[in-house]
Amino acid sequence: MTDNILETHHIVKQYAAHRALDDVSLVVPKGSIFGLLGPNGAGKTSLIRIINQITAPDSGEVILDGERLKPDHIKRIGYLPEERGLYKKMKVGEQLLYLAQLKGLTEKQAMDKLKIWFVKFDIKTWWEKQVQDLSKGMQQKIQFVATVMHEPDLIILDEPFSGFDPINANLIKDEILELRDKGKTIIFSTHRMESVEELCDYIALINRSRKVLDGAKRDIKEQFKTNTYHVEYQGTLNDLPTAFTVMNTRQTEDGFIRADIKIPPDAAVNDLVRHLLDRVAIRSFGENIPSINEIFIQTVGDNND
Amino acid sequence: MNIIFLIIKREYLVRVRKKSFIIMTILGPLLIFGFYAIIGWAAVSSINQKKIAVIDESGRFDGKFKNDDETAYSFLKTPLATAKKTFVKDDYNALVFIPKDVIEQPKTVQIFAEKSVSLSLQSNIERDIAKEIETIKLGEAGITQKIIQDAKVNVDAQTISLSDAGEKSSNGIVTTIISGFCAVLIYISVLIYGTQVMRGVMEEKTSRIVEVIISSVKPFQLMMGKIIGVALVGLTQFMLWIVLTAGLFTIGTKLIGQPKEKATSAMDSRMGAMPGQDDVQKKMANGNNPVADVMKAIDTLNIPLIIGCFLFYFLGGYLLYSALFGAVGAAVDSETETQQFMFPIMMPIIAAIAFAQIAVRDPDGPLAVWTSMIPFTSPVVMMVRIPFGVPGWQLAVSMGLLILGFIGTTWLAARIYRVGILMYGKKTSFRELSKWVFYKG
Repeated sequence: MTDNILETHHIVKQYAAHRALDDVSLVVPKGSIFGLLGPNGAGKTSLIRIINQITAPDSGEVILDGERLKPDHIKRIGYLPEERGLYKKMKVGEQLLYLAQLKGLTEKQAMDKLKIWFVKFDIKTWWEKQVQDLSKGMQQKIQFVATVMHEPDLIILDEPFSGFDPINANLIKDEILELRDKGKTIIFSTHRMESVEELCDYIALINRSRKVLDGAKRDIKEQFKTNTYHVEYQGTLNDLPTAFTVMNTRQTEDGFIRADIKIPPDAAVNDLVRHLLDRVAIRSFGENIPSINEIFIQTVGDNND
Repeated sequence: MNIIFLIIKREYLVRVRKKSFIIMTILGPLLIFGFYAIIGWAAVSSINQKKIAVIDESGRFDGKFKNDDETAYSFLKTPLATAKKTFVKDDYNALVFIPKDVIEQPKTVQIFAEKSVSLSLQSNIERDIAKEIETIKLGEAGITQKIIQDAKVNVDAQTISLSDAGEKSSNGIVTTIISGFCAVLIYISVLIYGTQVMRGVMEEKTSRIVEVIISSVKPFQLMMGKIIGVALVGLTQFMLWIVLTAGLFTIGTKLIGQPKEKATSAMDSRMGAMPGQDDVQKKMANGNNPVADVMKAIDTLNIPLIIGCFLFYFLGGYLLYSALFGAVGAAVDSETETQQFMFPIMMPIIAAIAFAQIAVRDPDGPLAVWTSMIPFTSPVVMMVRIPFGVPGWQLAVSMGLLILGFIGTTWLAARIYRVGILMYGKKTSFRELSKWVFYKG
């Protein structure tokens, strides 16, 4: 057994004139939350469908937990597609039992697992209801249960928070974290950078069918750091040593001045602080850490130029 | 548990539990029964007695005409001119004028009526007059009814079909009705259940559940599960219809059993001694007892073969077409888009019904033989031919080709299906479809 739940090696997928995936290799460590990012049409869904064995790659291979992907592996994967859907005219309980059995559970096992989830989400009264009588948010909850009820090792969530109100989104977020703490791996594809920021341990960025960036979120942020710091102060900031570049000086609403200061790679932050102390009254000081959003826009923007 | 079995189970249960299924199952036999009841009622009620006024100037017919179920004669003494004015008021359907010299010049008889007289009524009246004139003339020549009766020899030709099982008397009309019924039933059920498959596929596609499902099962399994599930629904419906219809007929024949028994006993007595029937015409009109005849004709047909072939051709035709219907469902996003793809599928089915009408008239003609071989038309056309008797090798070739046919369409449909169900919001054309067929996995 390996430390990686999923590896893809040089995946290529061609649709007629359009190459959806071009030599995409990813490594998803066990027990992590992995963000799969990319603009619309970049190839995320194509990749997810290959992992789910909905389609097959033209070349390259997918390794799940050390084994080449095989039909039996569907039981170890849970997939929440971006395009949600349930049988509208089927009862909730019956439908979940059916979906669980398709994933290889026996009816009895499925029943036991479902009971736990229905208590947990407090939706016991929904069992006999038809799906079409539930609100969209309620349907999403059912769909989430359908994705994870067979306790897969790898859970793939495509835009998991769309359609949820903040309270339910939080509920799902907690579930995701809980699943990760139980040792499951979550691949999660989204456009919502704040949730990536909050949840993901690893990310990969796909743009125009190619992987352009991947690694631990921490490392990537480190990589994109510009060595700039922000400071809010009162007074005038003059005569800083030329090694420090002051940028974007602007007035804040409450009468302070905010500036970004870039320091040379070899300089110490303490030096900068010392210089600032001598000259101005500091209200706040901190390092400018690039957000995933900025990294995304920067990378995709560069790539598309 | 096997995945495909799970899918079949769901597809089956969802449909069988639907209200529309239960309603159709109960309504079906009632409709069939009602249909027969209407035909029977129409046959009975068409015999409504007509009142005929007769002015007999010759004076030789008074009281000679027999009144029966269909006609009631009244002889009037009024002159023709007044009777013409009053007979409608007096509630007569027709007025018959028999001139003095009718025996010599029979063509001078006149029939008056407010509306035009029906052909059967006219021929009834003519027949009665002609018979009476005949009796009179024979009587004048010294020949009595008794002599005539004795001279009548009853020749009643039966049509006999020669087959391996030996000679069997057959009844062309019953065979035609049964073969037509089977063909239409196959045609209708292939359409009904085929479109059900299409709707089911579209439902999964438009509700987007399909992506969840096919992350667990192969598209082919999902498609076949649906097709087989719907087929079982169809078979269940047929079974229930057969049972319910049989039940209704048992109850029905008990209720109207009386006249049938009478007819049967009448037939028995005639067969026994050929008693002197003073009304030969009546016997002709009555013919053989129709119920017993139909029963006899049905007995001569190879019912197990017909039912067996019916099930085979229903399943074969259904599998062939439903796969294509399924592919259409996968290719489109909404019902309105189905039209352009439905057309080429409907064409051969509709053509099959047209060929079937020719095949009924000429079951062994070249057109019937060829179209009962081609898988797209064979389920309907072959069902027309089977009650008439089909050579074994033709049946074997036709069945073999049908099996190849549905394997072919299923293969084609599966290739369109697996691509189509994941194509959202894209208008598809035939060119697009043909590309899908060659997509890799």
